[in-house]
Amino acid sequence: MEITYLKAINEALHEEMRRDENVFVMGEDVAELGGAFKVTEGLLDAFGPERVIDTPIAEALIVGAGVGAAMLGMRPVLEMQFGDFISCAFDQIVNTAATLRYRHGGLASCPIVIRAPSGAGVHGALFHSQNPEAWFTRVPGLKVVAPATPYDAKGMLKAAIRDDNPVVYFEHKRLYRSVKEDVPTGDFTVPLGVAQVRRSGDDLSIVTYGGTLHQALEAANIAEREDGISVEVLDLRTLLPLDREAILAAARKTGKVLVVHEDRLTGGIGGEIAAIIGEHAFEYLDAPVRRLAMLDTHNAFSPPLEEFILPNTAKIVAAVRDLWAY
Amino acid sequence: MEIERDKLLAMYRTMRRIRCFEERVRDLSIANEIPGFVHVSIGEEASATGVGAALRLTDRITSTHRGHGHLIAKGGRLDRMMAEIFGRRGGYCKGKGGSMHIADFALGILGANGIVGAGLPIATGSALAAVIQGRDDVTVSFFGDGAANEGAFHESLNLAAIWKLPVVFACENNGFGEFTPAQTVTSVADIAVRAQAYGIPGQIVDGNDVVAVHQAAAEAVARARRGEGPTLIECKTYRWEGHVVGEHAMIGTGQYRERAEIEQWRARCPIARMEKWLTERGLATADVFEAVAGEVRAEVEAAVEFARASESPDPKEVAEDLFV
Ligand SMILES: Cc1ncc(C[n+]2csc(CCOP(=O)(O)OP(=O)(O)O)c2C)c(N)n1
Repeated sequence: MEITYLKAINEALHEEMRRDENVFVMGEDVAELGGAFKVTEGLLDAFGPERVIDTPIAEALIVGAGVGAAMLGMRPVLEMQFGDFISCAFDQIVNTAATLRYRHGGLASCPIVIRAPSGAGVHGALFHSQNPEAWFTRVPGLKVVAPATPYDAKGMLKAAIRDDNPVVYFEHKRLYRSVKEDVPTGDFTVPLGVAQVRRSGDDLSIVTYGGTLHQALEAANIAEREDGISVEVLDLRTLLPLDREAILAAARKTGKVLVVHEDRLTGGIGGEIAAIIGEHAFEYLDAPVRRLAMLDTHNAFSPPLEEFILPNTAKIVAAVRDLWAY
Repeated sequence: MEIERDKLLAMYRTMRRIRCFEERVRDLSIANEIPGFVHVSIGEEASATGVGAALRLTDRITSTHRGHGHLIAKGGRLDRMMAEIFGRRGGYCKGKGGSMHIADFALGILGANGIVGAGLPIATGSALAAVIQGRDDVTVSFFGDGAANEGAFHESLNLAAIWKLPVVFACENNGFGEFTPAQTVTSVADIAVRAQAYGIPGQIVDGNDVVAVHQAAAEAVARARRGEGPTLIECKTYRWEGHVVGEHAMIGTGQYRERAEIEQWRARCPIARMEKWLTERGLATADVFEAVAGEVRAEVEAAVEFARASESPDPKEVAEDLFV
């Protein structure tokens, strides 16, 4: 059945809560209202107030209490209402959750999922637009995922809930209602840590994830149609751990790699990808690895500034042409 | 405490300015002339106004995502506020911050803030600076009932209490944090009782009664100025409009409160109430109210025109103001 990205997340929550009574959902406005974006709609009716919990506005508590419950065998799915507020819970994620297993010598696991609606383009200004994934992609013990399609959104959330490690799950707000696809009704998961080729091409590879995947695919079509450039598009899907083999395969295949993400340039995952390629596929390259990302500034409110700061289809097309001409 | 007529009329005008400004913001947001989303405080004007009127220029405030009223009550210019809300260069933050981040440091407005609870530590630090600098300026932190559940609230009250900092914590309890009723997520019915835990005075006031708010605030501010430490004031009030303007685009048809409840609170309009109060005491008549309303409307229209005429920032400016 054709469903939206938002509905896919919602279905994953319903199905996992039905499958495993240890799964519960906690966050601001998630129960009575079904979430500020309606992602958790219907859960309260289906599973009751003990498993679908409206919390006070207290992000550190939401994650910290989730960790405590996870130590006792529960599998909490914790919502940060906007991904931007994840920084309020930073200590609980990077110190408490990520190190739990390691610091106790493997005595405990931390099977929590932190859902974080991320992304700009809604004129939400500095604190309602961020893509904060790179704060977390250098923390061993965490998994960080950013699905871009309804199929992945559903399958990866299910996999994340079943995973015994803390998973930060970034869902791009722009995708909620804008992307739809046929998603099987039966149970399935999408493995974490595995990238996927979304479009096959021979001349140049775009490596991307999350909100910019669809722009990259559009740009690839334009470049093919207007310039005859054959572009491969690799969707990372998981940012930690990275699928190094898929990244290297993309680099070896075309020799020209453009990394695109909506997170900021400096310190974004693009730098890590360029380093991996530089270290392990240097001899295959016909050009330096290029990166197109949000500019190194904040998410300004004014629409013309916001547009200038962010990547978009036209900018990707220009970057493809530029790299192609190298 | 007797409040002078001039001050009462000034408070009346402030409430009118806030109401008119925000009604215009609401309508322009619905008409899509304002980008993004805005939070208005229509129905809650008395708390911002009563507190603001207890402050002098060198006193300071921190505000929230629902901050237009606080800023206006502290002297914020309507034209530059409106331009900021439009995202224009003539706005207070050159269009970079928008509605949730307006500030005017010269007026002691240390910023609206899109992070719930973020203003409380800032206000505490501002009060600390006043002490270190040997000044008797007071800082007020406005925040909502929802923010009172963030750790930042508790940490700030504790610190301000032990160091007897000149800060007033002004909680506007409008009954909801977004779409969640306060009583379902808060350990106490009255935020003010939390003051006890920190050994400071806590006071509940009718947040729709500007005179009562002002009296409580003036006392708390005087106390802070004398070096006797912080006070927690809880203004009981209600927001008439959605959490954000056009909230149903977000939450669909979901209802989180009864229509009748909204109507009940509309009947307790702080502006109408003050008009009645002033009239009964022979301090003003209907023509005074009408004149103020007319002047305020013209002022708000001028602010809209200012915003419309102001240019959008140039993309070249995106990295300006990151560093000095
Ligand atoms: C740290 C943080 N968490 C969550 C939010 C989302 N949010 C914005 S306003 C709001 C409710 C705030 O309630 P309250 O403090 O009572 O103020 P009110 O909106 O009622 O004026 C929430 C949860 C946020 N902006 N910042």
